[in-house]
Amino acid sequence: MNPKKADKIATSILYGIAGFVVLVLAALLGYILVRGLPHVSWQFLTTPAKSFSSGGGVGIQLFNSFYLLLLTLLISFPISLGAGIWLSEYAKNNWVTTVIRTSVEILSSLPSVVVGLFGFLIFVVQFNFGFSILSGALALTFFNLPLLTRSIEESLRAIPYSQREAGFSLGLSRWETVTRVVVPDAVPGILTGVILSAGRIFGEAAALIYTAGQSAPALDFTNWNPANIASPLNPMRPAETLAVHIWKINSEGIMPDASAVSAGASAVLIIAVLLFNFLARFGGKALYRKITSSK
Amino acid sequence: MAENNIEKSRIMTFNEDKHEIALETKDLHVHYGSNEAIRDVSLQFERFKITALIGASGSGKSTYLRSLNRMNDGIADVTGKIIYRDLDINKDDVDIYEMRKHIGMVFQRPNPFSKSIYENITFALKRHGMKDKQLLEERVEKSLKQAALWDQVKDDLNVSALSLSGGQQQRLCIARAIAMEPDILLLDEPASALDPISSRIVEESLLELKEKYTIIIVTHNMQQASRISDYTAFFHSGNAVEFDKTTTIFTRPTIKLTDDYVSGNFG
Repeated sequence: MNPKKADKIATSILYGIAGFVVLVLAALLGYILVRGLPHVSWQFLTTPAKSFSSGGGVGIQLFNSFYLLLLTLLISFPISLGAGIWLSEYAKNNWVTTVIRTSVEILSSLPSVVVGLFGFLIFVVQFNFGFSILSGALALTFFNLPLLTRSIEESLRAIPYSQREAGFSLGLSRWETVTRVVVPDAVPGILTGVILSAGRIFGEAAALIYTAGQSAPALDFTNWNPANIASPLNPMRPAETLAVHIWKINSEGIMPDASAVSAGASAVLIIAVLLFNFLARFGGKALYRKITSSK
Repeated sequence: MAENNIEKSRIMTFNEDKHEIALETKDLHVHYGSNEAIRDVSLQFERFKITALIGASGSGKSTYLRSLNRMNDGIADVTGKIIYRDLDINKDDVDIYEMRKHIGMVFQRPNPFSKSIYENITFALKRHGMKDKQLLEERVEKSLKQAALWDQVKDDLNVSALSLSGGQQQRLCIARAIAMEPDILLLDEPASALDPISSRIVEESLLELKEKYTIIIVTHNMQQASRISDYTAFFHSGNAVEFDKTTTIFTRPTIKLTDDYVSGNFG
């Protein structure tokens, strides 16, 4: 076979594989959206779920998902940023760093159901937080930390060393150089990492079943006192999220329109995750243009 | 093992009554791990003059230059003395951040911050406590003029520095360094990533700068060294082989190795 022909064949095979991946994705998304979207309405998005009768919505679950996401990011982002900065800017190349890096890698490959059971034993039982948003957020933090740390570290490493040299040569300390030069340059990358991890947190179910619980008590959206049990902001209340809700309906849902609610909820979940991804893509670019004041 | 084949070296020293020494190294050694990159180099740099460091790739000239303002801290072990204003700045207790305000540096590849032109120059000044807006603006204009960039950028200082051409970026980096009003400017092959025209413009601005600054420049380009420098040090495999007036180094060097290098039949 001549090289030209071989190249042609290889190219078409690669195109075929790529096309197949896109096709699978499109089919999955299409199926979920076509099945689910007809059930999605403003009423579906805002009313509480019903256990035994039809016509329930996913309002509380949707709110819980966002609230849990926010809390998880509030806890995990500062830790990941610190760890990422340390790994990329300060860590010396020695065995301590290697141990930490390996630990982060192992942590990132833990199955989420194991993280969930760990969260159950530690936060729910041992610390007596009960099935609560707090327990769920802490479990998700464990789930999220390694990947977010890794993506922040990589965003920082992508900034050329010459930028740091520029800072040092002007008499700036390492800390000033990192916080004022390197981190701002890496913001688009960091933002992309945060948003992508937000998508993963948003869709996570296994880690939450045993930590944030499987019930969504009625919330009083006029009560914003976090200490009150009916308040949406209370971090100690059990909170079923959208992903857990889907899992639960499909395993033990007894409402007459279970499959319709499940389909609708799945569509909402997918759209939210897709929005996160698009936001990551365009938000990162727009922010970079703004920061570097390029037009 | 690599044999030290430098049998002879000839290092000129200054009569300190007649020449003011801005910077001096004594017995400077640099190690990367167990690998010795600079071996026992003692050189003096006269104030308000341009000293060129020449030599083949891997001769250690850049390593030596980067050691002078401690940019090799944490990368290599630097032992020996670096004397600046009667102070050994290679000691651990020296405030390297303060020292670097006095000994500025420009790198091989232009590395402007991804900020506006104005901010590139004022950023470090602000961090060092200069708040007065008028003072900052004066400093921006002055340093850009000294780096021969002012006329091209004065209309819009708020555009991104990354939108400038390579040569303009490098002159911005020079302006950024001299905006700190250092005593000494270290330049690590500042024109090697530039086209000949940009390179020539950078050279011309260096010649003007030497009225106010002591300049030490590493260069691969021997025409450049002979055009702009007053003194030249020739480096070979980690040693300073010969140091003298540039005219002497280029026309009648004493050491054969230097002669071979400057006449282009090296190796």
